[in-house]
Amino acid sequence: MITRNEILETNSMISEMNLDVRTITMGISLMDCADADIDKFNEKVYNKITTYAKDLVKVGDELAKEYGIPVVNKRISVTPVAIAAAGCQTDSYVSIAKTLDRAAKAVGVNFIGGFSALVQKGYTESDRKLIASIPQALAETDMVCSSVNIGTSRNGLNMDAVKEMGEIIRKTAELTKDRECIGCAKLVVFCNAVEDNPFMAGAFHGVGEADCCINVGVSGPGVVKCALEEVRGADFETLCETVKRTAFKITRVGQLIAREAANRLGVPFGIIDLSLAPTPAVGDSIAEIFQEMGLEEAGAPGTTAALALLNDNVKKGGVMASSYVGGLSGAFIPVSEDHGMIDAARKGALTLEKLEAMTCVCSVGLDMIALPGDTSAATLSGIIADEAAIGMVNNKTTAVRLIPVIGRKEGDTVEFGGLLGYAPIIPINRFNCEKFIARGGRIPAPIHSFKN
Amino acid sequence: MNETKKAVITVLGLDRVGITAKVCTALAETNINILDISQTIVGGYFNMVMVVDITNASDVFDETAEKLEKVGEELGMKIKIQHTAIFDAMHRI
Repeated sequence: MITRNEILETNSMISEMNLDVRTITMGISLMDCADADIDKFNEKVYNKITTYAKDLVKVGDELAKEYGIPVVNKRISVTPVAIAAAGCQTDSYVSIAKTLDRAAKAVGVNFIGGFSALVQKGYTESDRKLIASIPQALAETDMVCSSVNIGTSRNGLNMDAVKEMGEIIRKTAELTKDRECIGCAKLVVFCNAVEDNPFMAGAFHGVGEADCCINVGVSGPGVVKCALEEVRGADFETLCETVKRTAFKITRVGQLIAREAANRLGVPFGIIDLSLAPTPAVGDSIAEIFQEMGLEEAGAPGTTAALALLNDNVKKGGVMASSYVGGLSGAFIPVSEDHGMIDAARKGALTLEKLEAMTCVCSVGLDMIALPGDTSAATLSGIIADEAAIGMVNNKTTAVRLIPVIGRKEGDTVEFGGLLGYAPIIPINRFNCEKFIARGGRIPAPIHSFKN
Repeated sequence: MNETKKAVITVLGLDRVGITAKVCTALAETNINILDISQTIVGGYFNMVMVVDITNASDVFDETAEKLEKVGEELGMKIKIQHTAIFDAMHRI
């Protein structure tokens, strides 16, 4: 029998510490929608998504009610469009993005991911069309998220794609400059992208996945922070143990909801992604965890170590709690979505360079960082290359989601709204990397990729 | 399914006369059996946790939840009903 204290503990995690199921994401394969005629392809895509996901939102809301835990987002990820649409005879994939947008709105989800291409080693014609379509696609849709994988530890880095993505980010910013360049907030450049990530903007349904599956992302930085309040001043063993136990509890809830959602929707359960994903709300912040650990601000010396132990113990707790842990599991550090990170960036405690160091040990990468509007495409590519190199050499996923906010300069604040939050424009290294980026070609895979 | 379906009801708010009575009446009306009640008052705050059997409940879960929420509003308290599975998942291996 469950005890009264256990019941109260669970409920205070939910009501006071912002424990929630961050997203139920339905992955849908579009492989069987292939058609040479783009209109037919679009029709098939629309029909498949609206059929498979028709009950997704309803089931998410039902579960939230029955278990008394918020299910914040219901989302869809699809096969990378560059693969699914490769057979279409067309010059542009913008119409596909619009179809995805329409389908997402029809079923009531708040994001759909998979306007994506995987070009770690080279481009197909379809990859080129997709990447060229990204700026317009993101400017003319609301729900569509896009990602491009430009490197892996196995394949090295496609530096042509790195160069191009710097330009694509600039173009996307230009086309959405009337809306604080919001298009860039829906575009992720990956190294070592994972195929079952339920979190946006980088979710897509990998080609090795089943026809349809349910992946669930759980979150709860507030719960970890509150748990750490109980062990203030204790040694690192206690600190790590507390994070691990808390992560275990959070993941168990995710596992329950994921299984139940998969059952009710009649599709297989994929994975649980336990990622401490902050929101702009107070008490739902990774930076507050650092402060509780004993750092004055996120970015102070010691932050990388703090993040490393947080990330590692979240994984250790999570792995024990669920039969299938996957996705990006760990701690996200999106700047604009975390009020503590925003404050730290404002005070100058958190710089781009420190964030880069932190991405060596966090779950993903440079996320939701607003940069001055005059940041050049080459500089963006330089940052992407650095971040991708970290991922490639360390066998981890890294991502870059940068927003050069046109018309804004260092020190200004931009407001993206909702979960995307707000952010101060942070200073950037002004030295030039154009000639390096212009070289083109590939950076070969690192020596330790040869594991056969 | 012949399994017993259990739920947890938590009631929280300023203490006053007749809280338990009102909640129990609402449960009786929907054929929900009470298995366990524990109740404390700390600093004027009423705090009750009930484990109930909803196997033979006459309403679907949603409606029961809404009904209890309404009772809560009348009493000026927060009443929540949840499947026990969430607590088992979190606290039992």
